[in-house]
Amino acid sequence: MVASSTLLPQPSRWIRVAIWVLILAVLVAAPSVLPVFRLNLLGRFLSLAIAALGIDLIWGFTGILSLGQGVFFALGGYAVAMFLQLNTSAAAGMLPEFFRLYGVSSLPFFWEPFRSPVFTLIALWLVPALVAAVLGYLVFRNRIKGVYFSILTQAALLVFFNFFNGQQKLINGTNGLPTDTTVLFGQQVGSEPVQRVLFWITGLLLILSWFFVRWVVRGRFGDVLIAIRDDEPRIRFTGFNPVVFKTIVFAIAGALAGISGALFTVQSGIVTPQFMSVPFSIEMVIWVAVGGRGTLLGAIFGAVLINYGKSLVSEALPQSWLFIQGALFILVVTALPQGILGWFFAGGFRNLLVRAGLARPLATYPSLELDGQEEVRL
Amino acid sequence: MPSIKIRRIAAGAAFSVVAFSLAACGPGDQAAGDFDDTVKVGILHSLTGTMAISESTLVDTQKMAIEEINAAGGIEVDGKKYKIEYIVEDGASDWPTFAEKAAKLIDQDGVPVVFGGWTSASRKAMLPVFESKDAFLYYPIQYEGQECSRNIMYTGATPNQQSEPATVFMYEKSPAAGKPFYLVGSDYVFPRTSNTITKEQLASLGGEVVGEDYLPLGNTEVAPIIAKIRTALPDGGVIINTLNGDQNVAFFKQIQDAGITPANGYYVMSYSIAEEEIAQIGPEFLESHYGAWNYMMSIDTPESKKFAENFKKKYGSDRVVADPQESAYNMVYLWKKAVEKAGTFDNAAVREALIGVTFDAPQGPIEVKPNHHISQTVRIGQITSDGQFDIIEESDGPIAPLAWNQFVPETKGYTCDWTRTDVPDPGKFRM
Amino acid sequence: MTLLFETLFNGLAIGSVLLIAALGLAIVFGLMGVINLAHGELIMLGAYTTYVVQLIFRLPFLAPFYDAYVLVALVAAFVVSGIVGVLLERTVIRRLYGSPLETLLATWGVSLILQQFVRSVPLASAAGLVLTLLLALLGPAVLPGQWLAGPRGRFTRAGVWAGAALVGVLAAASLGSLVPSLSRANPRNVDVTAPAWMRGSIELAGLTLPVPRLVIIVITVVAVLGITWFLARSVWGMRIRAVTQNRPMSDCLGIPTETVDVLTFGVGSGLAGVAGVAVSLLGSVGPNVGASYIVGCFMVVVLGGVGNLLGTVIASLAIGVMTDLIGAGRLLTAWPGMPPSIAAVVDFFATTSMAQVLIFSLIVVFLQFRPSGLFPQKGRLVEA
Repeated sequence: MVASSTLLPQPSRWIRVAIWVLILAVLVAAPSVLPVFRLNLLGRFLSLAIAALGIDLIWGFTGILSLGQGVFFALGGYAVAMFLQLNTSAAAGMLPEFFRLYGVSSLPFFWEPFRSPVFTLIALWLVPALVAAVLGYLVFRNRIKGVYFSILTQAALLVFFNFFNGQQKLINGTNGLPTDTTVLFGQQVGSEPVQRVLFWITGLLLILSWFFVRWVVRGRFGDVLIAIRDDEPRIRFTGFNPVVFKTIVFAIAGALAGISGALFTVQSGIVTPQFMSVPFSIEMVIWVAVGGRGTLLGAIFGAVLINYGKSLVSEALPQSWLFIQGALFILVVTALPQGILGWFFAGGFRNLLVRAGLARPLATYPSLELDGQEEVRL
Repeated sequence: MPSIKIRRIAAGAAFSVVAFSLAACGPGDQAAGDFDDTVKVGILHSLTGTMAISESTLVDTQKMAIEEINAAGGIEVDGKKYKIEYIVEDGASDWPTFAEKAAKLIDQDGVPVVFGGWTSASRKAMLPVFESKDAFLYYPIQYEGQECSRNIMYTGATPNQQSEPATVFMYEKSPAAGKPFYLVGSDYVFPRTSNTITKEQLASLGGEVVGEDYLPLGNTEVAPIIAKIRTALPDGGVIINTLNGDQNVAFFKQIQDAGITPANGYYVMSYSIAEEEIAQIGPEFLESHYGAWNYMMSIDTPESKKFAENFKKKYGSDRVVADPQESAYNMVYLWKKAVEKAGTFDNAAVREALIGVTFDAPQGPIEVKPNHHISQTVRIGQITSDGQFDIIEESDGPIAPLAWNQFVPETKGYTCDWTRTDVPDPGKFRM
Repeated sequence: MTLLFETLFNGLAIGSVLLIAALGLAIVFGLMGVINLAHGELIMLGAYTTYVVQLIFRLPFLAPFYDAYVLVALVAAFVVSGIVGVLLERTVIRRLYGSPLETLLATWGVSLILQQFVRSVPLASAAGLVLTLLLALLGPAVLPGQWLAGPRGRFTRAGVWAGAALVGVLAAASLGSLVPSLSRANPRNVDVTAPAWMRGSIELAGLTLPVPRLVIIVITVVAVLGITWFLARSVWGMRIRAVTQNRPMSDCLGIPTETVDVLTFGVGSGLAGVAGVAVSLLGSVGPNVGASYIVGCFMVVVLGGVGNLLGTVIASLAIGVMTDLIGAGRLLTAWPGMPPSIAAVVDFFATTSMAQVLIFSLIVVFLQFRPSGLFPQKGRLVEA
């Protein structure tokens, strides 16, 4: 509810420029500075940031909390992995290896179109978008929202997980589809040169997604989204149909998750039903919460920060990661509801300095929103 | 005013947590000795998540094996004594995480060998990493076979070293001999592949499978499955059980209540129930059912007793040892012997030296075969009321491992031999 | 006929587990609008409590009463989960009223912590910790009011915490020395064995009715009746309903809304503890036990709607019967001569995993007709 009745805190121009310089510097410098393993990790985290942008769009701007983004993420991953599997085995004139193992002699029909790279490139975002649109439409149409919607998406996640996990003869069940040892343009996907190229592609797509989402949330469309988040009945009374808007943004978020899943898959070397596990989808939400929902940079920042932290902490102290993660959830939600960037943009750093007596307090007119918040807290 | 109250409660709670967690900390491990150098190996198992229940025991055993080796002078390579140190990574019961951590151990830490994995899915996720980086994984669990990698050493049983002899036993010699079979498993690759093999094998023996069911991982509602078993096997029979972890508990508790008991002519043969699981489920639910393993704690040899005693001494007298732990223990020794034989930690040389390495394991002698699996003794045991196996059948010496199954039509006639250079793919070729 | 009864009984058995597991969740959701993602972990705490109680009853001086340990466990589990729930409410959830989505995330964090907590903290210490919390939270309520007032209050409160901590540490130490296996952290599953009279089965009209299932049905019925009575008849139940309907007005009329929140959440959590005892009779007790029940609970809550316990009851039974009907392939048994094409479809869904897929799809279809679940709240609903 925080920041809900107000427009978003906007960072000042120089901060934004500084952040962009930093991001570009990381993208340019990383491949030559980082060892391959860390570079690959960074590439994966950047691809996760694309999914985080989608969540920010639906949660931060439209107020829809989906705990089932893993479905769309995995669909994107499966699309690209199916193409790579077919591409590799087609060279040998055979079916992918696992089919032969289970005695499947003909390709299941839905694999067929994935022979085409063009189809795959479209499907990896269109399929998740369509699934999201259908599910979203059926649910939003009935004005199901809030917590109700969240637990419904979580149930959907579990159902998709069960389906993918159980269908060994269709998509290799729990084992998932490996991509590391598949071949693309005569190169192993897991090899270093390919991974470097993938890192660049990820960086590029992340920036493009950022521009796209920014374009969506700016302007009238974005205003309607924010209005839906803050007071849906009122927007309905003014003659807008929130169902259309919500379905569209949910589909966009699904598409972004699909792209993210595809990039993540080729860089981590495997897609498995684990991408649809419940904890992973909730983690995605917490990246956005930590970074700062309603700020697009926050989503990117949160995704990279949390994942890097997870990777480092779980290397050093595996057992305590859950403690830290749990504490982080509670802390961010209770003490830092705007997230790190949101707090920073809202002048949090300056406020700290003021408290420490290092800066003079800014005199501002008492904010009206504060009253509203008090009432909500009650 | 509530916030002050809250703060007070929080402070009190924090105090108590700190007090209690201080009490929970134990002393660290220390090993002393004169070494010229150290070598770091990787241990990669789930320390968190659903698989932590099982995999943490393997970490315990591997640490024990490493300490034993260090206490006995470490690894001797080229006249230099190396102390083994380990880096433990958490696979978090998440297959992609296994792949990530494997890459980290290889690229970042530069370990010569990784010991790890439990589920087939985690192995399948790590396999591309080890193959594309030409590194080496030692995998300790009995599995479904149908795989033979240049970069993996499998020290668990293949189906012909566990499930196949068990099927023959249940069909021909058990109290339910000749009765129909019902197959129950968790919904993932090991149960499904293992059951495919059992069905083919049973068809060749003339037996009958009357039903097959899979429970999704994480789901413990077994009532529908029990209903189906009661319908399919009205007068007793054999149930082949490949359920995983938690689900076994629900299954055994509830079949007993539903009257599916040995007394009524139902015998369950489980491939994933070892002493550790018996302790967790409770022996009273498992008594007189069967299990098939290479190692059983009740084996009455000095090696076996020493293994069990050392483990209890280190981790507590209520702990048990079981086949997966023995396998995890063996693989550390096999690696040590291979390195000493090769005279270097270099991967290619160790891989070559590995084949033919022997070890007097707690289960008896084992030997690494050219297909990167090991020859092992097969034992079939009936579970007793004290949570042990009463060994009722034992193979005559170690049985050679078959990576590609000979009952499944697709892999019949194929074999694997990493010493061969005259075939295009030594991992899978026609005999 | 037998088939019908068997399906009904199995459905009832599965449904009652779902119901007892979802009851606390549904109450908290219905009355407070809060979804507690740590509900599964509260169930887990109940199951672990059963384990600890069982071990205590194996001690020589309590062994004669072993058969009754489940009854003690029911009470203990209610208290333990209730206390943890109260703590959770007072420290985290209270700050988040009015923002249910944030509560969702915060409680997920709590669930992660609780899961790892039972793995890495010895159960004896955990029991001591719960005892400390119990004493410290109850302490101020039984002390004379003037002790807590004024400047003296601070010392009294500190004293209560210190005393409670001391008792907790002592209890943990003595429990640890009496039952050594509780003094070590144990990341593995533990074994809960029902007493002999609760095992086996009863033959009735050609049906085999497993006793633990019957016990769970009884526990569930008692819990549902008890909670219905509590909400409908007792003074505090009335206050809870008043606060649910109109919080500011109740506040004006002198109902202590804060206490009502604590109580509601505590009772909901306590019921999760009772559910923990029930599930420990059926399956494993381990750190993941909560995770395996939570999604079923959600399905019940979604289908049952909010604000009416009857909806929750019917939803769990419906899901239970459907799970058995689809998952056990009953249609095939009932109609053996079914055309092969239909039989293939039925067979495809005749596993528990696919049954779940189908049930979920049915729920989504159902929501097209009844968007607010089975029994929506009547009257003009303010959308919030």
